[in-house]
Amino acid sequence: MTDTSRGLPERPMSPHLSVWRWHITMACSILHRGCVIGLWVGAVILAAWAAALAAGPEAYAGFLGVLGSPIGKLVLLGETFAVFFNVAYTIRQTFWDAGKGFQPRVADMTGAMAIAFAVVATIVTWVIAGANGAF
Amino acid sequence: MSKNDLFQPQQFRTPLSRARGLGASRHGVSHFITERVSGLALAPLSLWGVYSALKLIGADQHTVAAWLSQPLNAVLLVLLLASALAHLSNAVQVVIEDYVHRFTSKSALVIGNLFVCVLAGAVGIFSILKVALTVTGAH
Repeated sequence: MTDTSRGLPERPMSPHLSVWRWHITMACSILHRGCVIGLWVGAVILAAWAAALAAGPEAYAGFLGVLGSPIGKLVLLGETFAVFFNVAYTIRQTFWDAGKGFQPRVADMTGAMAIAFAVVATIVTWVIAGANGAF
Repeated sequence: MSKNDLFQPQQFRTPLSRARGLGASRHGVSHFITERVSGLALAPLSLWGVYSALKLIGADQHTVAAWLSQPLNAVLLVLLLASALAHLSNAVQVVIEDYVHRFTSKSALVIGNLFVCVLAGAVGIFSILKVALTVTGAH
């Protein structure tokens, strides 16, 4: 399957996919990968926003029309969550880099805290956005 | 070196596999550290980005251009875009390398990822500087 295994005989794989159960650290890891892909798109949107701003008032109004559409708002909602989850995950990973927080209970707790922070911060941000006239 | 040593398979495999990109090319640590450090820079900058976005909701082009003509905002926005693209191009490359194993499609995706990130950086930073340096007190 991988390039490195070329030439080696086929070996039976351990049935890890069927015996593995979902747990919070694994969910966080996968969620973070998803957020990274989302933020990659978000960075391109940010660059496009700057280009529209530089292109003049009409181009900028047109770009805001796309961002303000229902689909645009849904994308921005996802980006908001991805930003906050990535911030929390970065802090968590920095503790890991210092060798702290690997005990299963601590890793579970910080994972749950990262998700909870991202959810709450996203809701607060969009309540403020609504109060500032986003809808 | 005896004649037997010349025919040890690992002596043929290791340098060639590395040259073909099948082994460690000794860039893993710098990739990892770049990702961590750019991530550390990105965390406060992205929070500032959310704060700024909330401030600029619904503002027209002139208002936003005036906001961007303030040096602090222009510098922070350039840093936000640059650190985000540096961090995300590294992060997405790891995702590609983890899941795409065919040499051609993996290379195409890794190069495409790099091209999109560099292009977004060039267009974004040029646009930010153009607005920041041409708008002079136009409110």
